[in-house]
Amino acid sequence: MVIILARRIAQAVLVLLLVALISFAIFRFVGNPVENILGQEATVQDRNEMIERMGLNDPIPVQYARFVWDALHFDFGISYRTAEPVAELIASRLPATLELAFISALFALVAGILLGIFTAISRGRFLAGLVMTTSLVGVSLPTFLIGVLLIWLFAVELGVLPSFGRGDTVRLGFWETGLLTASGLKSLILPAITLGLYQMTLIMRLVRSEMLEVLRQDFIKFARARGLPERMVLLRHALRNTLVPVTTVAGLQLGSIVAFAIITETVFQWPGVGLMFINAVYFVDIPVMSAYLLLVGTLFVLINFIVDLLYLAIDPRIRDRNLRGGG
Amino acid sequence: MTSPPVRPSEKPAGAPESAPTSVSASISASISASRLQRALASDFVYDFTRAPIAIIAGLVVLFLFLVAILAPLVAPTNPFDPASLNLMNGFTPPMQANMFTGESFVMGTDDQGRDLLSAIIYGLRVSLFVGVMSVLLAMGLGVSLGLIAGYVGGWLDNLIMRIADIQLTFPSILIAMLIFGVLRGIIPPDLRDEMAIFVLITAIGLSEWVPFARTVRATTLVEKEKEYVQAARLIGLGRHQIMWRHILPNVLGPVLVIATITLALAIIAEATLSFLGVGAPATEPSLGTLIRIGQDFLFSGEWWILTFPAITLLALALSVNLLGDWLKDTLNPRLK
Repeated sequence: MVIILARRIAQAVLVLLLVALISFAIFRFVGNPVENILGQEATVQDRNEMIERMGLNDPIPVQYARFVWDALHFDFGISYRTAEPVAELIASRLPATLELAFISALFALVAGILLGIFTAISRGRFLAGLVMTTSLVGVSLPTFLIGVLLIWLFAVELGVLPSFGRGDTVRLGFWETGLLTASGLKSLILPAITLGLYQMTLIMRLVRSEMLEVLRQDFIKFARARGLPERMVLLRHALRNTLVPVTTVAGLQLGSIVAFAIITETVFQWPGVGLMFINAVYFVDIPVMSAYLLLVGTLFVLINFIVDLLYLAIDPRIRDRNLRGGG
Repeated sequence: MTSPPVRPSEKPAGAPESAPTSVSASISASISASRLQRALASDFVYDFTRAPIAIIAGLVVLFLFLVAILAPLVAPTNPFDPASLNLMNGFTPPMQANMFTGESFVMGTDDQGRDLLSAIIYGLRVSLFVGVMSVLLAMGLGVSLGLIAGYVGGWLDNLIMRIADIQLTFPSILIAMLIFGVLRGIIPPDLRDEMAIFVLITAIGLSEWVPFARTVRATTLVEKEKEYVQAARLIGLGRHQIMWRHILPNVLGPVLVIATITLALAIIAEATLSFLGVGAPATEPSLGTLIRIGQDFLFSGEWWILTFPAITLLALALSVNLLGDWLKDTLNPRLK
């Protein structure tokens, strides 16, 4: 087990270093860092001083090592556009994205599991068919159109929910939260649904097919024969057995939620890191792009790593195979 | 009484085949004729004529492609010609006469008095061009790398597939955005708008090659053990000739399915990027750009500027998707 763990950690670190290498290459070689900071009018002397100060004359591997070292200390350089340190920019915007991602994931998980159970046990009924068909249409719609559609329905036609921004926020130390005010919660509803809809349908379909599979098995018949109430059979016996694949998929989808937050945040002008990234792409703000890549890369590697470990812990078959494979 | 239709491949063994009976004068003519006959009698066509959804989807796709290709001929006006614009026509609702000029437009006009139908037709052209070109790029890259990885093997295989694995962990739209941003940084600022379409194609193409490479590699691994490849090797054919002339034609079946599904993905990716403002420039608006413009007018009640481009995009993406699904089911013998 320790050997597997060590190997997984080594793999994760290797991928992270690769992501850092790409980030570094973008940071160092796209555009001219000196010119971007000093502007076109700087004197040759200013430039040389800047080159010396940024260490751009050092060998590339040394520069790369310094980039990684700085990144480990949350130093990602200075935004070309706003001249703020990128780390501060990210720190001020990360809470908004994390809150949105968390609520979306929660919505996807709860609604997905409930609807999955419902469509599995009432298969063939009209309402279940309607849910399945609607979900198919929902998946075919691009994320940004779902957002626009929701804005049109709930903000323009009905006028009940805000269409952009986070509403009022409360500051808890360094964390600015919108979860504690009424307007903050109201602002969260539409973006969270937009972002979580795709994952919700995915989880719903997964739960449905797994439930249908499990419900056919003998231990369900035994449970019924023992006279257990139907609710117990469904929740304690059937649903529990579907949770292994659901955990894996949900975990892996968490990364997608953060990535797709870029689209949702732009539609709803949600002041998170996704909107920051899109603005960086638009204005070619290289340090911000590079830092965002590093951030999302780390997040993805971390999520994959944890899901891998969970998988190992949950499913003894994989654990044994890995051990036998010489570990 | 007619007998129920029979799937061509299930014909009784005694049934006469339509193949090479004619020994007549023009051999090439008879070959092409029998090829056409064979094509028409194939399972593929048989299945297609019995799948109403596939037929409708196919017709929609064909229609949209034709409209896009023939845009200068079918569009009522050229939306990029400033001479055809009249600001007085701005915000004309669909099918209603403008209150100043009395002109009416099937789908209405936008804020600058541009005929929306024409804008959509030209936008469709941009969307389809970017979609098709990026799929071709992804296909060329993915098929080549997959073929090399599968046939050559060794460290090259390891390297290519490792990169593919890592890329697959990240959503392709994120990768496309990143490549778009990097390319934008490399291109000098005054050329950014001109090059935007090519940057878009490169970004989407490079973000979608992995499925092609994986499938082609897997099929190549199977194909390279077969006797015809051994025979080709025995008669001394070079590695390149075997890869490109002998194996490649045999791995293209699944590639067609992936290409269709990727086309739908690429169209949506393009629309998404353009909607976010990091795609097609305002001088060459795609459907995504039009939807972004339309979103601004949603609150003031000009619904048509958003609705019609959105419906067009949906019809396109949905039809291509349905076609891809059908292709996948049809070409996959296990599902029959």
